[in-house]
Amino acid sequence: MIYREAGDFKTSYVDDSQTFPIRFDRYGYYAALVVAFAIVPFVINDYWVNAVVLPFLIYAIAAIGLNILTGYCGQVSLGTGGFMAVGAYACYKLMTAFPDVSIIIHVILSGAITAAVGVLFGLPSLRIKGFYLAVATLAAQFFLVWLFNRVPWFYNYSASGQISAPEREVFGVAITGAETAPWAAYLFCLVFTVLSALIARNLTRGMVGRKWMAIRDMDIAAEIIGVNPLRAKLSAFAISSFFVGVSGALFFAVYLGAVEVGEAFGINKSFLVLFMVIIGGLGSIFGSFAGAAFLVILPVFLKIALADHAAVSPVSNALATLCLAIFGVALLLFLAHLVLRVFGRRLWKDLGALCGIVALIAFFAYALLSGGLGWPTDIVAHVQLIIVGALIIVFLVAEPHGLAQLWRVAKEKLRLWPFPH
Amino acid sequence: MPEQLIWGMEVFVNGLMAGVLYALVALGFVLIFKASGIFNYAQGVMALFAALTLVGIMEGQVPFSHLINAVFGTEIHHFGWHVPAFLAIIFTMLVMIALAWAVNRFIFRHLVNQEPIILFMATIGLAYFLEGVGDVMWGSDIKKLDVGLPQGINLTIDEFTFNLFEYGFFIDNLDLWAALVAALLVIALVIFAQYSKQGRAMRAVADDHQAALSVGISLNFIWVMVWSLAGFVALVAGIMWGTKSGVQFSLSLIALKALPVLMLGGFTSIPGAIVGGLIIGVGEKLFEFIMSSDALAGQWFGFTISATENWFAYVLALLFLVFRPQGLFGEKIIERV
Amino acid sequence: MKRHLIAALAGVTMMAGPALAELTIVDLSYRTGPYGANGIPFSDGYQDYFTLLNERDGGIGGEKINLIECETAYNTEKGVECYEATKGEGALVYQPLSTGITYQLIPKVTADEIPLHTMGYGRTSAKNGEVFKWVFNYPANYWDGASLAVKHMMEQAGGSLEGKTIALVYHNSAYGKEPIRTLEKLSEKHGFNLTLLPVDHPGQEQKSQWLQIRREKPDFVLMYGWGVMNQVAIQEAVNIRFPMENFMGIWWSGSENDVKAAGDRADGYKALTFHNLGSDYPVYDDIQKYVVDTGKAAGAGDGIGSVLYNRGMYAAMLAAEAIKTAQEIHGVSDITSQQMRDGMENLEMTEEKMAEIGLPNFGPEFKVSCENHGGNGFGAVSQWDAEAGEFKLITDYFQSDQEVIQPLIEEDSMAFAKENNIEPGC
Repeated sequence: MIYREAGDFKTSYVDDSQTFPIRFDRYGYYAALVVAFAIVPFVINDYWVNAVVLPFLIYAIAAIGLNILTGYCGQVSLGTGGFMAVGAYACYKLMTAFPDVSIIIHVILSGAITAAVGVLFGLPSLRIKGFYLAVATLAAQFFLVWLFNRVPWFYNYSASGQISAPEREVFGVAITGAETAPWAAYLFCLVFTVLSALIARNLTRGMVGRKWMAIRDMDIAAEIIGVNPLRAKLSAFAISSFFVGVSGALFFAVYLGAVEVGEAFGINKSFLVLFMVIIGGLGSIFGSFAGAAFLVILPVFLKIALADHAAVSPVSNALATLCLAIFGVALLLFLAHLVLRVFGRRLWKDLGALCGIVALIAFFAYALLSGGLGWPTDIVAHVQLIIVGALIIVFLVAEPHGLAQLWRVAKEKLRLWPFPH
Repeated sequence: MPEQLIWGMEVFVNGLMAGVLYALVALGFVLIFKASGIFNYAQGVMALFAALTLVGIMEGQVPFSHLINAVFGTEIHHFGWHVPAFLAIIFTMLVMIALAWAVNRFIFRHLVNQEPIILFMATIGLAYFLEGVGDVMWGSDIKKLDVGLPQGINLTIDEFTFNLFEYGFFIDNLDLWAALVAALLVIALVIFAQYSKQGRAMRAVADDHQAALSVGISLNFIWVMVWSLAGFVALVAGIMWGTKSGVQFSLSLIALKALPVLMLGGFTSIPGAIVGGLIIGVGEKLFEFIMSSDALAGQWFGFTISATENWFAYVLALLFLVFRPQGLFGEKIIERV
Repeated sequence: MKRHLIAALAGVTMMAGPALAELTIVDLSYRTGPYGANGIPFSDGYQDYFTLLNERDGGIGGEKINLIECETAYNTEKGVECYEATKGEGALVYQPLSTGITYQLIPKVTADEIPLHTMGYGRTSAKNGEVFKWVFNYPANYWDGASLAVKHMMEQAGGSLEGKTIALVYHNSAYGKEPIRTLEKLSEKHGFNLTLLPVDHPGQEQKSQWLQIRREKPDFVLMYGWGVMNQVAIQEAVNIRFPMENFMGIWWSGSENDVKAAGDRADGYKALTFHNLGSDYPVYDDIQKYVVDTGKAAGAGDGIGSVLYNRGMYAAMLAAEAIKTAQEIHGVSDITSQQMRDGMENLEMTEEKMAEIGLPNFGPEFKVSCENHGGNGFGAVSQWDAEAGEFKLITDYFQSDQEVIQPLIEEDSMAFAKENNIEPGC
């Protein structure tokens, strides 16, 4: 019902194979772009840019990169952090060596350098598969981090080994450094993210992408039908590393401004990006965005809901009380459902799940509306770990194909709604 | 004998000792991977969790005391008793068995027939979860763990080698104990797997799930058992590492030390874990010794490098794998289209 | 999810209005992660002191202190998030207790005009206030630490280090690398040999480094460690029977936590400090009475009087004194962050002042000025007394070798000024 497909005719193959074949989707996509480019820059502030939006955009590029390698070509990599470091250090060296060249070129070149490094570390993938490869990519992770920490040339012999991005401008607007306006940094990263997504999307549905997927599904079979595994795998490593390198460069230059390689590009980064890809959905560009958004927003959201405490208006206080009441009722029903289950009875099939979800939403709505619960920060930090861990498990159990699959299912349902068939 | 060679021998022996500790962690991985095809990243966190629980029980800490105090405004921290180490180890083992049961009941039973990568991700989720729970339960401060293991230089070896080479070797008593315990553990595991009924069932499951099911082996039971065994191995590893550095967060990172061992030894082989551990231990210590020494690397290459231990094991394993992709003792991968 | 986002948005916009008429202090703490064990007592001390001021004196100058805690987990990204989330609340000063986060914040605080106090860590050359206008690192910095350690070792060796060897065991990160340049300069000056032994994060495994120390038998070992690295290093030093009185740590390697695993055998281990130790001060009675007994203590209340707790409290005390100074200068009680900077720049710690607060002889006397944001580089040596179970001061405060350090600071800060187009000046 929401999707009106009636009258949406295609008269050519090009029309039929476009990214958003349904008109409603297509307009939604255009609208999102317009909002992102024309409206958001005017309303965005420092906090949103630095705490949520920049990390989201940059991680989305990294997730797209890893998704090409892992989701499309089936090569699991735990070296993402190391490759991001290559991008960051390449960008730093370029920025300091050629201060007159535009930073746009620096970022792209950093991606290219990372691609070369990626191919080098991708060579073993021709012989090693599966977990062995995953662990082998850790060699890249540890070796690269050690290298950047150890060889002073990479950090221009500074006393502490930190690299700091010097101030650079694009069209006269500061992009890096302290004086950067939030909208400038945002737009700069947004352009890279959108371009990355466009390129990745078109690569993955073309010949290259189909070769990757053939390798992923069964490499021997792919070889028999004429896919060269050497070229397919190495091209996946190269292109994936290119995106990861670009994201590393942006991460360092635009987002953080100064990094220390062991802290910023450690193994946790590799895991984080892999989580994004898995939670978002393997083999889906949209999934890369969804996964990045989820894992960037969740900790911030939990912190705001649980740890902060701020005075709020009476209206939202009243609403909070209402939410608390809803939470109480839902929780009671949920418990009742559990007790009944013990006796082998139930009131209604989906009662438990429904009440659980309502209770959860009501609880967080209460927490937010009352300005945060003000719990001790260490407990919140621990609870955060527990929740993130539990969510990953729940996701894998409930929907192993990630947020992208949920989105697909939702879309399918919406196309039919309200008719059952 | 030139002193460099003698020093090298000392480093070699110490590398063997370190290798045994790596092998201990790797053993837990192998057990689970063999029986269920799950690559359990949470093994390191399980070691941390086990060690935390052990200290908590020994010291009579109240679990979740910080949370309870924060919620109810109370001031409770300790029960006020001290449990002897032996009893505490048994209690901790019970906790680990309960954990094994819960892990299977709530996670892996729902993930049967999923791809290995999904199972792997689930264990990373489990690692986060356990880390959080461990922190909330027992607090994140550093705890001293003392189960009565001796520590410090072994004087007998020191004296013996001094008489031989006029340079006393340094071997930590704790490392010797760890090697002994690890050896006993491996022997016990091998005997268990070869001769007990459950052990045979475990091997059957490792061979072929379906066939094992069809002859009446309970997969659930075997999986809980294997996870409990891995929990036990984690506890032993946690005790050894925890005695060394105190029980604290960084203990969970020892899993990273075990991964190259696994690559080298193969994911499915218990002897492989031991041999791989020894090779990695000796390799990384000798490499560091040679590369950071002015008299060796300085002479040969004209430069020295140091702090190589984090990556050397991985690069070694990587190079090795290029020539033998299934690891030292791993099963040959046969693929059909 | 969408609903959550809207609510989150509402939550943030509600918080955005700064809470006026209060002095806002942000505690960027870390109570989890690999360095959590060290972050907890520091943060407890930092918070308890402000709680004490609120409870006992009703704040500072009649103005209540609004304390906000934000967990960084020693992670730079979370640190940035915390900074952005709290700076709008009128934060007066930031104390991130992490060299990594400090580097991140230096350009940001300069743009936002909020002072940053990095007490005994962070970027050493920030001492030059002409370049780093918004960053303070009094009373001592890493380079002071290196020089103080060498001075003490020289005294131990009978006045000369000629031909001796000092091994530096350091955390292979920005923090650990800081003293290398100073030590190289000092080794030229005093004629000792310097051996560098990096330890990679986290430092659970240090056998190679300590076997090397056992072989090469350096006369002294200096350690720049943090987290688990400290415990393992001290344990290994004990194991190879390195004479503990020749083994010295920087102030971040000298807390009760660090000697815990080695226990009694670590007796005699030395560490630098720039404040006094123990809980034998009048102010602790007040903390017990107004904070702990009323159930307002920040942590479990079991760390009071420990080295890192004292350090956190000292940091809070310096911040409070700076607020007082700022209030005096500007004649208003509700100061802004710009006024706070003036307070910090004109801060003078004297013995009378500290005695008045209830902390007699707690720290060295120093005076901050526009040119000198780093104090005078005074510190003391403490030693672990296993029998008493505490660190004890064994020297008076003495000054670092300013002759060597000052040119280095000049050089490094000027390079920074050039890179970032800063016009040095007061």
